[in-house]
Amino acid sequence: MSASLQRGIDAFKEQIDAPVAAFFSSCVRCGLCADACLFYTETGCPTRTPIHKLEPLRRVWQQEYTFWGRYAKAFGLSKPVTDEELEKWETLVYDSCTMCGRCSMVCPVGNDITYMIRKMREGMAASGHAPEGLIGATKRAVTIGSPMGVKLPALQAQIRHAEKDIGLEIPVDVEGADYMLLLSSMEIMNFPEFIGAVAKIFNKAGVSWTISSEAFEATNSGIQIGVSEIAAELVQRIVDAADKLKVKNVISPECGHAYMAIRWEGPNLVGKPYNFKVVHILELLDDLRKQGRLKTTGKESQRLTYHDPCQISRRGGVVEQPRNLIDMIADDFVEMPDSGTMNWCCGAGGGVSSNERADDLRLKVFRRKQAQLDAVKPDALVSACSNCRIHLEEGLEENGMDITVLSLTETLAEHLAED
Amino acid sequence: MSETELLIWVRGPALQIATVVFLLGGVLRIFEILALGRKPNLAEPRGSALAGGLRTIITRSFPNRDTLQRSTFNVVAGYIFHIGFFIALFFFAPHILLFDDAFGVSWPALPTQFIDAVTVVTMIALVAVLLHRINHKVMRYLSRFQDYLVWLVTILPLVTGYFAFHRIGLTPPLLIAVHIASVELLMVVFPFTKLMHAFTLFLARYYNGAISGYRGVNS
Repeated sequence: MSASLQRGIDAFKEQIDAPVAAFFSSCVRCGLCADACLFYTETGCPTRTPIHKLEPLRRVWQQEYTFWGRYAKAFGLSKPVTDEELEKWETLVYDSCTMCGRCSMVCPVGNDITYMIRKMREGMAASGHAPEGLIGATKRAVTIGSPMGVKLPALQAQIRHAEKDIGLEIPVDVEGADYMLLLSSMEIMNFPEFIGAVAKIFNKAGVSWTISSEAFEATNSGIQIGVSEIAAELVQRIVDAADKLKVKNVISPECGHAYMAIRWEGPNLVGKPYNFKVVHILELLDDLRKQGRLKTTGKESQRLTYHDPCQISRRGGVVEQPRNLIDMIADDFVEMPDSGTMNWCCGAGGGVSSNERADDLRLKVFRRKQAQLDAVKPDALVSACSNCRIHLEEGLEENGMDITVLSLTETLAEHLAED
Repeated sequence: MSETELLIWVRGPALQIATVVFLLGGVLRIFEILALGRKPNLAEPRGSALAGGLRTIITRSFPNRDTLQRSTFNVVAGYIFHIGFFIALFFFAPHILLFDDAFGVSWPALPTQFIDAVTVVTMIALVAVLLHRINHKVMRYLSRFQDYLVWLVTILPLVTGYFAFHRIGLTPPLLIAVHIASVELLMVVFPFTKLMHAFTLFLARYYNGAISGYRGVNS
């Protein structure tokens, strides 16, 4: 066995816990998870059945942690996991899964398949079977501080632009602020209006906030590729900056997996609870609304719908807040079928968008989103994840669909009441 | 060995062996799962893991709208054979007498004619499920030898029970002996196969619901 394969198998073994064992013990191979997965429904390819994507991990569980499996292995009766097999599985685990969690919602025996995919990626990465695109993004995140290679001067330039646009100062490195805002590289490079929008809203609402020049990147490639050590290092940078600035809260921006990383996985990765709270921008905005500090004027006359980013809604628990906020500014809001925690993924989450090899596939599975949109025919699609947003824009354009994609935060800022 | 001796052996020592394998094997499997443990969650909770876990144990018995639409056959046939098997096992008067003998508890039986009809429907549903497994591209792709073995040991007690009740083919003592032996086969196979899902699904659903409930999501 090669050293890298051994590392991969060891990582699998380390990842297997009681829930994983309960899940594998319970699978009856009914195939219902296939129908919940857009990578199956849009391709019809049975290898993309969610539970099948875990087959190597399942065999390691069976051979290492079950009574009969251990005997079978000792007598050479079971098939060992090989490098060739993991190589074959790489496209199933990374290209054909966004870790959207929809399969975990339908499994009749209750298997959280996504929980296991996240774990399986640890072994895939350890054995050298992660996609080039994700490896590159992860390297840039570690060395430069951003998966897209965005450096501080780029952020500073965008901040200056925003300040000029809105006529307000954007606080950087302010010690003792209540909130420290994180941003995704995608926001800094492609949707810098987000920064100005937040500044306008916070200024009106009287929120004490800041951006840290030392840790502004919210995304976490370590989680997507499945290397916990790197994921922990990226979270630690944020923890250090938040502690240094003595902020009470850290804001996760309009990015799905960043919320998963900093809100839910972060403390477990760094091994201790935070000294601050983590809130999603939509949670904070909805709190401001409740307190009467966020007031809007005018309504969008166009027909709006909301795309729930998987890691914010189904896997993150922020479901009602965006609807409360949209209600403030929408005259004609309509829910897509399967909206909320059963929403269909855009097709580009979980590292798929960083993996060029999956480009054709993610556009192919966008047809699921297209069908959802066709059912309600909106003029504009509101969302709260810049990764979803860029992929949605691409998918809509590719399919000749005339639907605008809007950021919820930015749209609220446009409707901000002038008192 | 005479027919009577065979029946005595099947009802005595064989049943004892099967019961021990079933219970010890089952407990071992559950122990193997729980012994792996899980790390405490250090993230600040938004909701209750316990409440979420308990809720999902119940709610996952019912399919959501989209699953029902996309996998109608699987869901409906699955319900029928599970419920049918449960009724035939627990509400046939002679079975209840056995439970009463063994555990000292009994409950009202359902009419024999009804059990007979349920058994037929359950067998039909199981055959349909097997045909579906063979014909559906995903199920066929996922299936291993074990899936067919488990199907066989599940339908055998129904078939042999039906034959015994209607006295088809063999003498009554032999029919009963074969029926009991088929149940023993099911019990022996149980702990080593996916049949364990009958117990472990409570763990799986709990963990699923707890993971989501902690984050404030109903899964």
